[in-house]
Amino acid sequence: MKKNWWKILSFLLLVYTVLAGFLGKVPRLPILNETIRNMYFHVCMWFGMMVLFIISAIYSIKYLRNFNHKFDIYASSYASLGCLFGVLGYITGTEWVSVTWVTDQDQSFASVLKEPKLIGAAIALLIYGAYFVLRGSFTDMDKRSRVSAVYNIFAFAMLFPSIWIIPRLVGSLHPGAPGSDSGNPALDKNDMDMGMRAIFYPAVIGWTLLGVWIATIKIRIQLIKDKSIING
Amino acid sequence: MDKQHFLHRLYSFSMKAGMYIFLLLISTNSFAQTEQVDMADAMRSNGKIYIVVAVCLTILIGLFIYVYSLDRKISRIEKEQ
Repeated sequence: MKKNWWKILSFLLLVYTVLAGFLGKVPRLPILNETIRNMYFHVCMWFGMMVLFIISAIYSIKYLRNFNHKFDIYASSYASLGCLFGVLGYITGTEWVSVTWVTDQDQSFASVLKEPKLIGAAIALLIYGAYFVLRGSFTDMDKRSRVSAVYNIFAFAMLFPSIWIIPRLVGSLHPGAPGSDSGNPALDKNDMDMGMRAIFYPAVIGWTLLGVWIATIKIRIQLIKDKSIING
Repeated sequence: MDKQHFLHRLYSFSMKAGMYIFLLLISTNSFAQTEQVDMADAMRSNGKIYIVVAVCLTILIGLFIYVYSLDRKISRIEKEQ
């Protein structure tokens, strides 16, 4: 139980997120209205994805340092959970777009599809998708682990231009782009007051811990499956 | 020549007036927007929002119970080996 305190913390933080997230006070902003509460869910998915991909990249580097098969399992499990969070972030983003960008700002659906943030995120997720295609295409285990570890580091590096840099350089409806006033995606002090931050950051931690928990379950299953390889 | 001049003055005046009315409309419109942003006040006042919270909490707790049971199942398998 002592080792599992963070699982309980994750549960408590997410219960707090749902309670305070729906019932708490939020700034009254035009267009956004109540949808600003999506900050506690949609944005947390991307934060969680980033943390999971960082952990995955660290384990890939660790694998390349001593070729321990365990680290390969760690890296792939964290990467798959990161992809799950990314896909959830993408889906929730499209749902949010449908009421804020498309209708209220007279944007057509075609103009939303040109959004650099959406294209960048899609590229980043597809690169990670290719990571799993690559893993599946090897029959030799050592080769698979080595090549996919190197590829995972490349995929991690590609995250930065595709979701962090390019969407900030070109015009976009997404918060954080040069067209909007805030320098940081939706973390502007005009959009998010202190009351929202008190819910947002615990929410980020809660969601991320949940992702890590599910990833550890995946890892443990794979470790049991590959027990003979790791010990032998 | 004089008539043409008059028409030109009239034209520019009407353009200006139109512009003023247009700006006035825009400004009142944006003023109205900042004054009264629609929020789910009605939903909150009659308490229906609590049902949404209850539904979300049910799903969340259900998911956590499932993940927890998976965790325990794997712990048992790990012990057996």
